[in-house]
Amino acid sequence: MLTLTRVEEAMTKGVGLGTSPGEEPARGRPDRESRETVGTVTVENPRMVCRGVNVFYGDKQAIRNVSIDIGRNEVLAMIGPSGCGKSTFIRCLNRMNDTIEGCRVTGEILLDGVNIYDRKVDVVPLRAQVGMVFQKPNPFPKSVYENVAYGPRIHGLARNRAELDEIVERALRKAGLWDEVKDRLHEPGTGLSGGQQQRLCIARTIAVNPEIILMDEPCSALDPIATSVIEDLIFELRTQYSICIVTHSMQQAARVSQRTAYFHLGDLIEVGPTDRIFTNPRHPLTQDYITGRFG
Amino acid sequence: MSKTQGHPRAGKTPENSRTIAVVRASLPRRYRSERRFRLLGLAAVVLSLGFLALMFASLLANGVSAFRQTEIRLPVHFDPEVLHAEALAQADYGQLIRASLGRLFPDVEGRRERRELAALVSSAAVYDLRDLVMRDPGVIGQTREVWLKAGADIDMAVKGHFRRDLPEAERRVSDRQFAWLERLAAEGRLEKRFNRTFFTAGDSREPEQAGIWGAVSGSFFTLAVTLMLSFPIGVAAAVYLEEFARKGRITDLIEVNINNLAAVPSIVFGLLGLAVFLNFLHLPRSAPLVGGLVLTLMTLPTIIIAGRSALKSVPPSIREAALGVGASRMQTVLHHVLPLALPGMLTGTIIGMARALGESAPLLMIGMVAFIVEIPKGFTDPATVLPVQIYLWADSPERAFVERTSAAILVLLAFLVVMNAGAIWLRKRFERRW
Ligand SMILES: Nc1ncnc2c1ncn2[C@@H]1O[C@H](COP(=O)(O)OP(=O)(O)OP(=O)(O)O)[C@@H](O)[C@H]1O
Ligand SMILES: [Mg+2]
Repeated sequence: MLTLTRVEEAMTKGVGLGTSPGEEPARGRPDRESRETVGTVTVENPRMVCRGVNVFYGDKQAIRNVSIDIGRNEVLAMIGPSGCGKSTFIRCLNRMNDTIEGCRVTGEILLDGVNIYDRKVDVVPLRAQVGMVFQKPNPFPKSVYENVAYGPRIHGLARNRAELDEIVERALRKAGLWDEVKDRLHEPGTGLSGGQQQRLCIARTIAVNPEIILMDEPCSALDPIATSVIEDLIFELRTQYSICIVTHSMQQAARVSQRTAYFHLGDLIEVGPTDRIFTNPRHPLTQDYITGRFG
Repeated sequence: MSKTQGHPRAGKTPENSRTIAVVRASLPRRYRSERRFRLLGLAAVVLSLGFLALMFASLLANGVSAFRQTEIRLPVHFDPEVLHAEALAQADYGQLIRASLGRLFPDVEGRRERRELAALVSSAAVYDLRDLVMRDPGVIGQTREVWLKAGADIDMAVKGHFRRDLPEAERRVSDRQFAWLERLAAEGRLEKRFNRTFFTAGDSREPEQAGIWGAVSGSFFTLAVTLMLSFPIGVAAAVYLEEFARKGRITDLIEVNINNLAAVPSIVFGLLGLAVFLNFLHLPRSAPLVGGLVLTLMTLPTIIIAGRSALKSVPPSIREAALGVGASRMQTVLHHVLPLALPGMLTGTIIGMARALGESAPLLMIGMVAFIVEIPKGFTDPATVLPVQIYLWADSPERAFVERTSAAILVLLAFLVVMNAGAIWLRKRFERRW
């Protein structure tokens, strides 16, 4: 556990919160035991702002005091060892943790300046705005077409069948699945292979045109070709939207993201521009992980 | 694990060859216990099927004869002297039958013998004759061969349920009657014909006039009320408790109480129905409506419990998927969760309805045990239900009711099979979608 003196120590070193945006000041290496976030968490003109977020599963704390901004038109990669709380944190950003019995979130998460955990916030439009691709592919036990059309249909995004067909085709094309399923649109989505199912879920998410997309290991079940299709999609989406992506592949994080956040056992250890994190990690834990010395 | 020597794929090290030996040695024991378990399971299945077969065999042996009824063909002269055109309904049809019998057996003399002769034909045959004349008044003045029901005792005698070697005084059918029956049979005037009355009539004091249709209709109306109320209410309650209610002290309390209710003896629900529906709300006695309400109370816990476990078994990832694209909770439940849970809910409903169909105790409490001849036409007509009818017939002293009791049980089982088949078909339809 972290003690008060360590917090104070980290504070006096001026690491973490309070650093001005933009150029990161070069500092000395933090202590290996320090759990204070290293690097700049803020960005200019952020889309989402998280401050002091804690997540508890019952009595167990899964996320400790995480503060981070998500910028416009940026891809934020979240990396870290298994079980460190990446999924837990990313699920806070569109309140998916509400569905888990006994899960409690404290702290502030602002979307365009509004706290999404405010009582008055309606989760339905929030989730249409902040879409999510889950770690495990979870297609509906309905047809491929129905899977993709579901979101647009409940939100009334298509005025007629032709428009809906178009939305479905566009989403499937972007997810790189169209050619494989165009002849079996009306067969069950659960009959696809694992990787195809994951791309179907991606198509389902982007069919609603969310402005922020949360992706929890979207490529873990994909071959290199399908992965590169998804990465191309991420490049394309970034021109308009913000994207958070959890990944275990350091190469992928390096390829697609502008900023990278490293999590370790519920703490946000280090945040920074992706090239800096991979070339010059400051925290010893980050360094261990990047260089493969973790565990 | 200690380090294996050499290349990891080199194969047999002393250590893993020992593992294989241990596994090999344990195999016979494992297979033996597997075989034992299979045999045990098989024995259990065979035993239960055997008992089922035994039950069916005995029911069939006892009951199947009730589906046929002895009838006597008589040349009835529709005498215009007896049948006055203006009062056809009140005419003395018994006289026509007696006259016809007298013509067949002209040598029968004496009051007692004549009474015995008249007893060959059921006292209820006059109604059939009346119906015939009312339907077709053109027969008046003619002589027609008509099949008339034999009396219940004669029917039993023909079916061989009375032993002839008993002393005559201990028999319900006299030697003379046996002789007449033999003559009738020789002339082709005696036959066992399909018992339509059994399938179309209501209850009666006369076994040959008693039918199951009143009870079948009563059961149908009662179960219709039960299904219409308990399925939607049960599903709604299960969905609310499982998907919407905040889990806490109160939901725990409700859960415990529902589980308790499912175990409450059914007669208690009958007492509740008597107190609430009859004495307080003043609903009609003996009505399928009230019976259905009482059975609804009884089946609700079963349906709610089955519904909740069906909802629990829907993978949470489906809910997440729907919520994740911005479906509201209601949409998530209606579009995704409920369709997946429906087969399980239907299973619970089948079990509940099957229990309701076989239930008699709570219905006794609300007066559905009355002797009702009329066939119920609606939800508020006095009615009885199949199990109660079976109970009533089983209680009757006449020998002819014994076979009718078994036949009624067969009808009850057929009803059950039809109902379950319908529900299973429905369930398959929902399952087949994926
Ligand atoms: N529903 C839950 N109930 C209780 N504890 C949970 C639940 N979900 C996750 N946890 C715990 O929270 C911690 C973080 O889990 P999380 O799923 O966020 O890890 P992760 O970083 O996504 O790991 P991975 O890379 O393996 O997906 C883990 O210790 C896990 O055991
Ligand atoms: Mg995860």
